[in-house]
Amino acid sequence: MSMIAKTPSQQKKATALQRELLVLLGILVVLNVGAALLGWWPRVWWALLFVDFVLVVRIAERLEPHIPYRRQTLFKRALAVGFPVLVLVAWELIVRADILNPRWFPPPTTIAAALWDLIVSYDRFNETSLLGRPWLIPQVYPEEGWAGVRRLFTESHVLATLLRVLFGFLIGASLGLVVGMAMGLNKTVRMMLDATMSAVYVLPKIAIFPLMMLIFPDPFGEGPKIAVVAISAFFLVAISTMTGVHGIDKVYLEAGKNYGASGLRMLRHVIIPGALPIIFSGFRLALGTALIVVVAVEFIRSQTGVGFLIFYYWQILVTEKMYAGLFVVMVLGVSLTFGLQWLEHKVMPWRR
Amino acid sequence: MTTKISAKNVTKTFPSADGTVTAIDNFNLDVRDGEFVCIVGPSGCGKSTFLRILADLVPITGGEVAIVPGDDPTKPLNNVVFQEYAIFPWKTVLDNVAFGLQMRGVAKKERYRTANEWLTRVGLRKFADYYPAQLSGGMKQRVSIARALANDPEVLLMDEPLGALDAQTKTVLQEELLRIWEDYRKTVVYITHSIDEAVLLGDRVVLMSAHPGTNKTEFVVDIPRPRSIRTTATPEFARLTGAIWDALEDEVKKAMEAQQ
Repeated sequence: MSMIAKTPSQQKKATALQRELLVLLGILVVLNVGAALLGWWPRVWWALLFVDFVLVVRIAERLEPHIPYRRQTLFKRALAVGFPVLVLVAWELIVRADILNPRWFPPPTTIAAALWDLIVSYDRFNETSLLGRPWLIPQVYPEEGWAGVRRLFTESHVLATLLRVLFGFLIGASLGLVVGMAMGLNKTVRMMLDATMSAVYVLPKIAIFPLMMLIFPDPFGEGPKIAVVAISAFFLVAISTMTGVHGIDKVYLEAGKNYGASGLRMLRHVIIPGALPIIFSGFRLALGTALIVVVAVEFIRSQTGVGFLIFYYWQILVTEKMYAGLFVVMVLGVSLTFGLQWLEHKVMPWRR
Repeated sequence: MTTKISAKNVTKTFPSADGTVTAIDNFNLDVRDGEFVCIVGPSGCGKSTFLRILADLVPITGGEVAIVPGDDPTKPLNNVVFQEYAIFPWKTVLDNVAFGLQMRGVAKKERYRTANEWLTRVGLRKFADYYPAQLSGGMKQRVSIARALANDPEVLLMDEPLGALDAQTKTVLQEELLRIWEDYRKTVVYITHSIDEAVLLGDRVVLMSAHPGTNKTEFVVDIPRPRSIRTTATPEFARLTGAIWDALEDEVKKAMEAQQ
């Protein structure tokens, strides 16, 4: 195809496109620089940003049909990455120009510096650090052995949050699987539990936290925190497991029976794989909720964890470190979601 | 010839809001060993329910059904080819075809060998490691048929197996079914709403009336085998399908009125 010379009309189209892009880019530059010279930015910065956004969308739209087919994925990725980068740049500039108060909206570079500071430094007052300073292991291990490594990791906020999420999720999800399976398979169990489950399900789980603190012998220990995460994961997994098991197409059960499956083999070969897609959507919801609940619990009653970190820097009004904490929570959420997606692909190779 | 399936006075009723609904009323059927019987009836006449009663998937309300076991007691009495294919999306084509053997405790190597043989016979040898979602409707139904035949049941029960396929795929699969059946001569009960299909495939066509389903009449198909799609162009074929339609027309109209 590339061998064929371009027809005059194609050439005309190409120059028309170039002209159009130039005009759009020109408007973009003139608008922003002009507004800066006229001193419009402080008053109508939000409106100018909106117009900029519209112009960028127009440019990308004009460009899209002319991107070669094999570059399309690259183009899509560039848009997905480019947008947040542009937002961060705009944020930085607007705060640097004193249009927004850096006290409440510290510029991204300041937040990045704060994050770096959190990572490398040790908080002597709280006796904690963000990651647990793993780079100290080569020094600590020869002197103190595993106890030293353990001490390093117990000072980690990220690890504290992660372990609460994982333990709570594992306990709650396993119990939820068992109960949901029983409800899905047995009509009587389902009729007895369904209404109660739905009623308790709508209760915000964080409201049970004070009760958990009463029940557990150490109200400030890990017990009540993990318990409240487990409870919130339990209901989501139980309900989705029930839905998944109960909703399997009857014809698969008939086929299973007709070809000699019963009892545990029916469960293993037909019921569990048939319900897995819906069970996994329950896992996704439960993991997301677990993270929300952990952060909330760490706000209320904790000396470690990313939630504590955010709340602590609110109390001493170091906003850039609050933002850094939010960023860490975001990274945790994204990594957990990716981990679960990876597991989903492993467990359900037929869904691609 | 010995009787392979006997169904006497089969009755099936369902409880419903306005009392009991009779789906099947005193239906009788005897199938000889190695016979291919097609049951034809208007939609909703209870022919699928009858097949499920034979397969022991639906409990019977009255009467009795029996499938005579063969010499080998380990062989299953029946296997069903479902209209909805009902092959498991979470198993590969090979594992689907080997499923019945796996449930019977046949060793992995042996059951994969049998399954591969059947996949070759239905022309899907290359697709052994595929998942059903990667197959077309016609291929899925081939897998379903291979799954039933690999399990080597005493009788094969087929519930409108080609009902969901497009006309051309249907024709191809009809020819494949003819070829395979003429090699194996397994006892088959085949449910269909297509008179052409019933006459093309069957040794005998049993008509079922609607609301409730009961015996109407039956026709012996004396068209010689091997048959093929060309059989549908013969005068005997036209004569038989015409006669069956004459007998069925009233029932179909009755069923349509009942559904309104």
